[in-house]
Amino acid sequence: MIFFLLSAAVFGGVYLWGLKGLPPMGHYRGPYGDVLNQVATYERHVTDIVTAVNFDYRGFDTLGEEFILFMSVVGGTVLLRRQREEEKSEHKDQALSDESPERQAPEPSDATRVLTLGLVGPLVVFGLYMVAHGQLTPGGGFQGGVILATAPLLVYLGGDLKKFKQITSHTLVEVAEAAGAGGYLAIGFAGLILGGAYLRNVAALGRTGMINSGGTIALINLATGLEVAAGFVLLLYAFLEQTLEIRLRGGK
Amino acid sequence: MLFLQFTILTFVTVTATAVVLTRDPAKQAIGISFYGLVMALMFFIFQAPDVALSQIVIGAVALPLMILLALTKIRRHEEEQRERKEKKSA
Repeated sequence: MIFFLLSAAVFGGVYLWGLKGLPPMGHYRGPYGDVLNQVATYERHVTDIVTAVNFDYRGFDTLGEEFILFMSVVGGTVLLRRQREEEKSEHKDQALSDESPERQAPEPSDATRVLTLGLVGPLVVFGLYMVAHGQLTPGGGFQGGVILATAPLLVYLGGDLKKFKQITSHTLVEVAEAAGAGGYLAIGFAGLILGGAYLRNVAALGRTGMINSGGTIALINLATGLEVAAGFVLLLYAFLEQTLEIRLRGGK
Repeated sequence: MLFLQFTILTFVTVTATAVVLTRDPAKQAIGISFYGLVMALMFFIFQAPDVALSQIVIGAVALPLMILLALTKIRRHEEEQRERKEKKSA
């Protein structure tokens, strides 16, 4: 208890000291944000400055973040793979439910089914819109990709694991994941090949406000959207399979 | 605007404390989903719609789902091991 009080007092003191040094709310001190707000639309023909910063001005950092996600998906799937003492449940009906009848998951109600299936279409359209309009409105490859990945999840919620597997192809998702991550790298190399720096914005910038504006920003957005959507579906696939299908060998 | 910001910050604090004080992991997953939603609203009110969009999907959907799936797997694993032991001793 005395240790807690002591450390709490120290933490509280340092915390308050830190708070005192913060600029007042809404008063940004650094120069870069203001400069970028002035020049980004003119330089890159985009209207969402956040996307311009993420995929162009500090595109290399985002590449690193992209590969953090890539590696965590790879790590997740490796951890959740079927191991030597595990097996896939043999019985078809058992694969999707618990052994003891009183613990069986109830079938999704009609209301759930209608709601989830009705939402799948709009979600896919909204996700694609998000990915394609990253340089114009808030959102972009990452946000759009995650939204796209929730569509198969809704199918699982409204149906079952079998339906989820029917609409997603494991191979295709793996390829999409690799293509998305590799695409970002490749777009970066285009800058090098055309005689500039890595990730330099070399594509035609287009007219501000149009969907094809922004040059490589739009292209990288597409690659990121692909990678993120595929990565999350891959993770969901591994999690659902490990939870619902795989059990210890000789368990039952 | 300031009133809105103050309200949402209070709300974030309350929901975060509620998540920490919940002891049952399954209930906690539901709580953290609601907390994610409130966080997304906070980002939106503080004029960071890009962050809000990521937060709403990750915080309110993906994270609680993975927690719940992991919990199911752990419980299932324990059950299976118990069954295995019973089989061996029988």
